[in-house]
Amino acid sequence: MKVPVRFSVNGDDRDLYIGAHKTLMEVLRDDLELTGTKEGCGNGNCGACTINLDGKAVNACLILGVEADGHEVQTIEGVSEDGTLHPLQQAFIEESALQCGFCTPGFIMSAKVFLEQNPSPSEQEIRTAIAGNLCRCTGYDKIVRAIQAAAKLA
Amino acid sequence: MTGNGQGNGRNDSVGTSYVKVDAWERVTGRAEYAADVRTPNALHAKVLRSPHPHAIIKSIDVSRAEQLSGVKAIITSKDFPSMDELKDSFGGELMVNARDLRRMVLADDKVLFDGHGVAAVAATSLEIAEAALDLITVEYEILPVINSTADALKPDAPLLHPDVYTKTLKETPDKPSNLASYVESGWGDVDKGFAEAAVIVERSFDSMMVHQGYLEPQACTARWDNEVCTVWTSTQGTFNGQRMVSTLLQVPLHQVNFVPTEIGGGFGGKIYTLVEPIAMLLARKAGRPVKFVMDRSEVFRATGPGSPQQSTVKVGARKDGTIVAAQGSLVMDAGAFPGAPVAGASMVTFGPYKMEHFKLEAYDVVTNKPRVQAYRAPGGTPAAFGVEVVMDEIAEKLGMDPLEFRKINAVSEGDPSTNGRPLPKVGLKEVLGQVEGSPHWNAPLEGENRGRGLALGFWNGAVAMSSATINVNVDGTVEVVSGHVDLTGTRTTMTQMAADMLQLPPERVSARVTDTASGTYTDVTGGSRTVYTQSQAIYNACESVLNEMKALAADQLKLNEDDIEYADGAFSAKGNPETTLSWDELAGRSRTRGNGPISGYGTSGRLKGAPAFAAHLADVEVDPDTGKVKILRYTCFQDVGKAINPAMVEGQIQGGAVQGLGWALSEYYHYEDGKLRNPTLLDYRMLTALDLPMIDTEIVEVPADDSPYGARGVGEVPIIPPAAAVESAIYRAVGVRMTQLPMTPERVFWALHDDGSEQ
Repeated sequence: MKVPVRFSVNGDDRDLYIGAHKTLMEVLRDDLELTGTKEGCGNGNCGACTINLDGKAVNACLILGVEADGHEVQTIEGVSEDGTLHPLQQAFIEESALQCGFCTPGFIMSAKVFLEQNPSPSEQEIRTAIAGNLCRCTGYDKIVRAIQAAAKLA
Repeated sequence: MTGNGQGNGRNDSVGTSYVKVDAWERVTGRAEYAADVRTPNALHAKVLRSPHPHAIIKSIDVSRAEQLSGVKAIITSKDFPSMDELKDSFGGELMVNARDLRRMVLADDKVLFDGHGVAAVAATSLEIAEAALDLITVEYEILPVINSTADALKPDAPLLHPDVYTKTLKETPDKPSNLASYVESGWGDVDKGFAEAAVIVERSFDSMMVHQGYLEPQACTARWDNEVCTVWTSTQGTFNGQRMVSTLLQVPLHQVNFVPTEIGGGFGGKIYTLVEPIAMLLARKAGRPVKFVMDRSEVFRATGPGSPQQSTVKVGARKDGTIVAAQGSLVMDAGAFPGAPVAGASMVTFGPYKMEHFKLEAYDVVTNKPRVQAYRAPGGTPAAFGVEVVMDEIAEKLGMDPLEFRKINAVSEGDPSTNGRPLPKVGLKEVLGQVEGSPHWNAPLEGENRGRGLALGFWNGAVAMSSATINVNVDGTVEVVSGHVDLTGTRTTMTQMAADMLQLPPERVSARVTDTASGTYTDVTGGSRTVYTQSQAIYNACESVLNEMKALAADQLKLNEDDIEYADGAFSAKGNPETTLSWDELAGRSRTRGNGPISGYGTSGRLKGAPAFAAHLADVEVDPDTGKVKILRYTCFQDVGKAINPAMVEGQIQGGAVQGLGWALSEYYHYEDGKLRNPTLLDYRMLTALDLPMIDTEIVEVPADDSPYGARGVGEVPIIPPAAAVESAIYRAVGVRMTQLPMTPERVFWALHDDGSEQ
């Protein structure tokens, strides 16, 4: 069964006709071809599909696409503005905070929402904020440093 | 001078933390991983997996599934061409023969582990493919389950394979067995050695199956255009993968093109082609492209985890601290088909130590679990766990500082390596010196239930074949083209090294990883070999480019080639710097003059190994009420030969150490009668940012004998010491020896509350 939905994605209003059973992650990746949102587990345990929904960091695999109706979604593709990288994106590059990069969009989305709420966090607060995102390459050290660096830049 | 001193560039692009060249696409979500590939008209695949760990497949009925609207193809193992002989073996890091690889992909007559593939469906949507699986009927005859190596080696144990006979240097036994192979290494006479020892420690250790835990599940898309198949896939080795599917499907190599997408982590677990043959067979049968993406539970149940190991370690030392005898026995679980990482484990086990008498036995045993693949320093982590714990205990019994004990026994150049051959130049002593002078080692550790542990790690460093082509564009910019899959920085280091060798700014060089149709053969990215071997290939390609450029300069300046010298982007007459042509000018002229376009090709040829050593320091605090171990401080010391890109070296060390800490503290496959009960990232507990402190690194640079910069591979060593470093820290904190991995809160708690009764 398909259902009409309308929601804003990265500032654009989108009218879609989507399968009622599709998760928001599937809608973003398959219907909208926004493949920067990654599927690492499909059940909310890895954080690779983290997006910003009305100012909250959520796992897009844990909500249905139809639930996004009327809401505002931001994905990794909407984080840089007019070709200028967001300070977090810049900091991840400069601090070597990524290796394979598969988890990176999810980390940036979690950290962005977090820094908007807590602009000068402690290391422990940063670690708590990204505890829902798994990274297997970096050991988190440089990710934490990148978020610290971005907090200083902003 | 570094290495063989060939990397004689004059700018500073090597040895600096040049920004990862492919970082931009990763922070913007543009990087294309295997599941992101979109092909018109593609079908979606799902695999029916066995719920039984050990059973005969009596029949498979797909007729109802075929009737379902939208189902376009169904395959079973019968769709593979028949293969009576074993054919080739493939590897990378762990070898597997072609027939076993085929049976790993889809079961033949027997399922051998929970999650073993039985049939696969391609349909117009994922939902239809899933629904079709429910319509396939498989009749199983359930067999007894071999849960462990101990089960497998019982005299009356049921056999997994009627045609596996123990491989050994002695006579082949006359009866088949679950013991696939037995190897022995060593020298001297350990019994004589132990008789001379003042102190002997012997302990047994146990570890469980673990997973590499790459964040990106296996995925690929296969498309046939007439006779030629293109496969977009997440793999550590395109050419290896191409050869595997070529053998399994009996298609010549030039009709298969493996295109590497970005890869979301591998750690040894993305070498075998476990998804590609399924997509290729379905695509050929359906006449449409097929995309196959594993879900996380399939990744856990049916890829290739890391091998569990039971070990016994016995070490004897003299009063002065010298090790007189060392003996070990490693019983390794290969999973469903032969091929546990016996060689890697044997090499690593006593690697850091000088030993007068040495004996190691290793057993490769099959059980009803998924066949293991390589996992970062395959076999090394659990093997070194036992050895390092015993070394810590020996030092304590001798009343000796654990670092002092290591210094007395550390190997150096010329000492026999565990394979019996003399070690080339290595930096273990320098690493230990770095520990001794470090802030961490010298900082007091105060507080109750706190302790500090030290452990060592060793990896010989794989070599194998690498290659690269370097093309000079007519505007003077340079392209490095290689088939070397970029796991975690290969394009960046290739850019840096080529820029250094050609004496050009790195901004004027770009490096790309190509498909098998456009690149030249390279072996897999793995085994801590890539920077080491690729540096030589790049050097040889650069030499060839510089020779061509010099020939063109000689032609244009009307001089002999021998009279041309090159420095910093200019070709000049020797002794007459006024007569000169810039790199860019020559590159432009190459379009129409001389021999035409400038291009150089290089391979890594034959290099010696470049062994690497590390020492890790862990400070922990143990909560005696819960058994929970908290890492307070952690430092990794490692000889990397030459850090081509120090920030990326640090990152790789930190990541490896944290994987090792997960193995030490929380990760394991929980099987109940052969069924995997925790195939999710919730229940298979990898460490999060909240479980860890910052991971400090101290890089030591003792250049390897071979290769232009003497860079040693970095990736494997850091996963080896963490478990033992944490164990020794726990012991110093609360006085209990832990001999099982992982050291979960429950296990630590019961070790602390052991009243002698069985738990």
